[in-house]
Amino acid sequence: MINFVNVSKRYPETGDVLRNISFHLQRGEMAFLTGHSGAGKSTLLRLIAVMERSSRGQIFLEGQDLSLTKESQLPYIRRKMGFIYQDYKLLQDRTVFDNVALPLVIAGYGHHEVSRRVRAALDKVSLTGKEKKYPFALSGGEQQRVGIARAVVNKPPIIIADEPTGNLDPELSEEIMHLFGQFQRVGVSILIASHDISLITQLNHRVLKLDHGQLISS
Amino acid sequence: MKRGNKNRIKKDPTVRPIKQEIRQTAKAGGNFADKLNAYRDLHAHALFSSLGRLVATPFVSIMTIAVLAIAISLASCFYIVVSNLQQLTANLETSNQMSLFLRDDVSDAHAKKLADTIKLDQNVQSVKLITKEQALEEFKTYSGFGSAINAFETNPLPIVLQVLPKNALNDKEALSVLLKRFQQSPEVDFAQIDLKWVERLQSIISLAHLFACLMSFLLGVGVLFIIGNTVRLELHNRRDEVVISKLVGATNAFIRRPFLYTGFWIGFISGVIAWFILAVSMLILKQSVETLSDLYGGNFHLLFLNFAETFSLIALSSSLGVLGSWAVLAFQLKNTKAI
Repeated sequence: MINFVNVSKRYPETGDVLRNISFHLQRGEMAFLTGHSGAGKSTLLRLIAVMERSSRGQIFLEGQDLSLTKESQLPYIRRKMGFIYQDYKLLQDRTVFDNVALPLVIAGYGHHEVSRRVRAALDKVSLTGKEKKYPFALSGGEQQRVGIARAVVNKPPIIIADEPTGNLDPELSEEIMHLFGQFQRVGVSILIASHDISLITQLNHRVLKLDHGQLISS
Repeated sequence: MKRGNKNRIKKDPTVRPIKQEIRQTAKAGGNFADKLNAYRDLHAHALFSSLGRLVATPFVSIMTIAVLAIAISLASCFYIVVSNLQQLTANLETSNQMSLFLRDDVSDAHAKKLADTIKLDQNVQSVKLITKEQALEEFKTYSGFGSAINAFETNPLPIVLQVLPKNALNDKEALSVLLKRFQQSPEVDFAQIDLKWVERLQSIISLAHLFACLMSFLLGVGVLFIIGNTVRLELHNRRDEVVISKLVGATNAFIRRPFLYTGFWIGFISGVIAWFILAVSMLILKQSVETLSDLYGGNFHLLFLNFAETFSLIALSSSLGVLGSWAVLAFQLKNTKAI
């Protein structure tokens, strides 16, 4: 699904952030990406989202070489991935419904289809009935679930989560991991960047550990 | 693209599985008509939400639009002045009439005889005699200086023969030969081709026209920059939205759309207000201009923008709005990090 081959990322200001990263995330596989702050977790995720390009090496997504992808094709690549963030990245001036609908509206779905899928996604994360609320009226856990609903509403084959439980208490974290487990079982590949060691060890999934830009265990 | 994992969606009790929906889910994203409707909805939404945003920040919007409306009305003002000036020379253009001013000692009878002689010339189409009295009358009526002329004890105006050469005689050389011949006759004090004055006037007007074009161009460029800057600020204010949209797979076209509509609205509203500014200015000037025109024979009427020109004014300012925002967006969206 996601295949890194000798990927390096160098910034002119800070030098190498990622060095010679190689790993392969299979279809339907869930993996944690861990490491100290500044180890390069966020950079690695930005490379997958093609918000940045690698300096060396190749990244394949469903067999497609991302380094060769034209700028104009990037939106369609990103539609294959659902992104989840620590700070939720919700639009504060739009309702829960509109936030979750955004990927579908962007992809050009018709009104009925959007409505149906948004309700289904909200139901999945147990937020039925909160469609008309604004994000600021929701708790942290609820906001994160809106973020997850938005990430899965388009039914992408890949979910990328950057510290999804960073702001949540252990109980809510577990609930969210349980949701990820459900997605994994239907064949979605999930990569979760996290430094929540207890959660990681508890769940017994594959762990990719970054240290100063290098992959020390996978 | 086929999506094989639609069985993942839990059954939603609030939506009944009606026929149409089954057809839509058969192919992801619905059928063509559905997508077309979605596309139309996107445009409609962008059109009205961008207007809504302008209304939501009235102070900023009013300031920007006021500046633009004044710039656009200034540019149009130059255009109106030039088109009015052109009106002045419009009815003079085709005539190459000559005026022969006769010497003071020539009597009316003599002048009449001279006119008849000239009329026989094969190059002359017609001759019109204006006696001293007629000239005085005309002067009193049209110049507005009627009382000034009363200060003279005798009528200071000369007899004038207005000679209209045959139409065939169009080239300047032949005209000047004819003019020279009239000039040499003893009764004529001074002869001139009226066209000369028309030509001079026309060259002054074409200079004014050029000046107006230059000014309008500069003001247009100014409008472009102001709209560009406004849209840039708007883009900056909505940075989060742009980044998030991009992350969930928005194309640049999708991100550009609401901002292009913002540019359109600013241009459109400024154009309409500029038209009103011009209309009010015209109403203020109209009375004075008509009075002045009456004093000079009443041939001149203040021209305002006709329907086509009004349409062009608003279309042009709207397209300047779209163009200005497009230029900024093309530049800013090139790089995700820049926004």
